[in-house]
Amino acid sequence: MTTFAANLLTVVAVSAGLFFFLAGTVGLLRFPDTLTRLHAITKADTLGLGLVVLGLLPRAASPGVALKLVGVWLLTLLASGSVSQLIARAVRREGSSA
Amino acid sequence: MTARLLDVGLVLVVLGMAAWIIVARQTVAAVMGFVAYGLLLSLVWLRLGAPDVALTEVAIGGGLSGVLMLGAAGRLRGVWQPPSEPGFPRRAVAAALSAVVVVGLVVSLLSLPDPPPTLALAAAANADATTIGNPVTNVLMAFRAMDTMLEKVVLLLALIGAWSLAPDRFWGGRPGQCHRADPNGPLAFLARVLTPVGIVVGFYVLWVSAEYPGGAFQGGTLLAAMWLLVMMAGLTDAPPTGRRWVRLILIAGPAVFLLVGLGGMLLGDAFLAYPVAWAKPLILAIELAMIVTVAVTLGLLMAGVPERSARE
Repeated sequence: MTTFAANLLTVVAVSAGLFFFLAGTVGLLRFPDTLTRLHAITKADTLGLGLVVLGLLPRAASPGVALKLVGVWLLTLLASGSVSQLIARAVRREGSSA
Repeated sequence: MTARLLDVGLVLVVLGMAAWIIVARQTVAAVMGFVAYGLLLSLVWLRLGAPDVALTEVAIGGGLSGVLMLGAAGRLRGVWQPPSEPGFPRRAVAAALSAVVVVGLVVSLLSLPDPPPTLALAAAANADATTIGNPVTNVLMAFRAMDTMLEKVVLLLALIGAWSLAPDRFWGGRPGQCHRADPNGPLAFLARVLTPVGIVVGFYVLWVSAEYPGGAFQGGTLLAAMWLLVMMAGLTDAPPTGRRWVRLILIAGPAVFLLVGLGGMLLGDAFLAYPVAWAKPLILAIELAMIVTVAVTLGLLMAGVPERSARE
């Protein structure tokens, strides 16, 4: 029963994560300017990766591996959040909307 | 079946990325494509069962080369004009040459003997000699240590080559431009939060290389990236390249390597022959010296040519 619950969590969470990745990519391709594209890609992808990591946690071989997975997500959270802020500031400074 | 589909998809994406890098009009876009290409290529290495190469590809092929080329692209902006469209004859010659190279590669790949000649079995059979579990580290640090040492010397030569582009009056000065960034901005925040984590991960990559994929070069590249991040955030400045401690660190890796090698000549059988009981501590000492040298060399290489006087 617990394996079933763990597998269910994996399938649901990873699928939801992939959905957010898809949504982010659609936003990146379809939105009109840099700021809205950034908005789509960083938020959706970070959430998507978080859900994928959540789904993989029950399948981790050891608590150490699970911690590394969470670490990867936290680092991505930090990097993509900071970098999107930097890009957005550069866009505002140069006043371009390319 | 699924794995095969995944591999075919990966190869198609890699080829598409390579084509896109070539046809990209803007230099910066091509460089971004090259970074993504490096990441994809590391996935290919992972699929081929070579995680050590994959790590190096990510660190060097994607990260380090990307930063160097981004810097070059920034310098070329507004100065460099792309040459006019080549005519048909030149395109035809280029296409013919490329076709010859591709055919030659395919022919030599297909005519490889099966099984290919390999020293992997000999390396695996002698793994006990060093008490190190990762065969790649064994080859790099013990069986082919000479190559690794010379590689570090080449790295030093590359840095000297870059420095020699400096104008005479800035020789020994600080490399690159002075970076100023908002001390409360996102870049400074990222540099403050990420750098401690990156330093730990860099040394961890070195430490696990005894048993698992990793190594001094990959770890050193991570440390160099952290240093560059702190410099770009304006939290610290690149040191003047003429400082004594900078020069000492730059030669520390090859020097320790050379000393251990000469010691092997005196105490053991040959140059770079480690006494068996001391193999692991000696290799660890060399790797520790190397990671610091690699980090400082690559950091200074990315920081650029000396462009300011040491007092600035």
